[in-house]
Amino acid sequence: MSLLADGVTILCVLAGLVFFAAGTVGLLRFPDTASRLHALTKADHLGLGLVVLGLLPQMDSLAGILRLLAFWALVLLASAATGPMIARLLRRQGGIT
Amino acid sequence: MIPALAADGLLAAGILALALGCVATRRAFASAALFIAYGLLLALAWARLDAPDVALTEASIGAGLSGVLLLGGVRRLEGLAEPSPDAETGPLLTILIGIGCAALTVAIGAAVLLLPDPTPSLAPQVAANLATTDLGNPVTAVLMSFRALDTLLESAVVLLAVVCVWALTPEGGWGGVAGLRQPVVRDGPLALLARVLPPLGIVIAIHILWVGADAPGGKFQAAAVLAAMWLMPWMAGLAPAPRIDARWLRLVLAAGPALFILIGLGGALAEGAFLAYPPGWAKPLILAIEIVLTASIAVALALLVMGPPEPPR
Repeated sequence: MSLLADGVTILCVLAGLVFFAAGTVGLLRFPDTASRLHALTKADHLGLGLVVLGLLPQMDSLAGILRLLAFWALVLLASAATGPMIARLLRRQGGIT
Repeated sequence: MIPALAADGLLAAGILALALGCVATRRAFASAALFIAYGLLLALAWARLDAPDVALTEASIGAGLSGVLLLGGVRRLEGLAEPSPDAETGPLLTILIGIGCAALTVAIGAAVLLLPDPTPSLAPQVAANLATTDLGNPVTAVLMSFRALDTLLESAVVLLAVVCVWALTPEGGWGGVAGLRQPVVRDGPLALLARVLPPLGIVIAIHILWVGADAPGGKFQAAAVLAAMWLMPWMAGLAPAPRIDARWLRLVLAAGPALFILIGLGGALAEGAFLAYPPGWAKPLILAIEIVLTASIAVALALLVMGPPEPPR
């Protein structure tokens, strides 16, 4: 059972790290701010989501599981809100048409 | 062992690089943004050093609140004219500055290297006397009982900072609404966050305050979260800033330090030492101080970000 849990953890966290790495590469290499924002928010949403999913089997209490899910939900809310906020600011300055 | 060392090395290198970038960059906004990232990495470093209390405080106050203060400062600076470039420093002054900086670096390095081994520690005494406070978190015991005077002065410093910010009120603005007027944002992400986050944040702040007795957490971290939950609707124009001459505001600001001093004086009368708690009373008294102080610090931190009142136009 613990072998299965560890396997799920390793797989999910590694997959999450791939998204973080891809998001970072996108942030550095994409040509304009809108695409960079896209790369960044995907890393936040999916990358952190997979890391949290991977850590769930390692929790030994329901409270820990709920806390992890709450972290993810809060980061999701924050990055889903800040992305459009930066994009709106940019549009007002004429950066995105 | 090796992976942990590599991760810590990366963390340390990242902190150094961000600190360097923060000082070296010429644009105020970039500098403030790098400072926030620097604070977050520093919080990670504290967490790696098994100091979760310090990590929480660094993340909430050092990175979060100070970051917002700096960004507010950048915004206010934008309206001002460019400062005239300073006169060129001569070669003699450059050499003197270099020698001064090198001497300071050597002195700090020597102080670290000359620390006795093992490093002197009061941790055993704290652990031995933890039971007298009925608290489970030794950090809270140090902050609220063994070194309560430091915490009292810290809370007074926050109050003093608010007084200093208010002292910068321009002519004709005294007693007015704190800070710049915020335009009302009816829809979009900011309005959503300003409506959705406060109920969650207030619960989280109370949780952080309450677990502080036995686990990492406490009043400063809780107060920073509470202040943010007030600032968010304020920034969206949904919650007006208070008038700085409002009586309730002054009362809340002063209540925390005042209660702390009163309980301290009570200790002087009952136990013969300032801030000594009577046996068995330590935990309820500490809890009362923490709760009232959280409200005072939260209001003070929010007022620091809002800034001094503006004169009517």
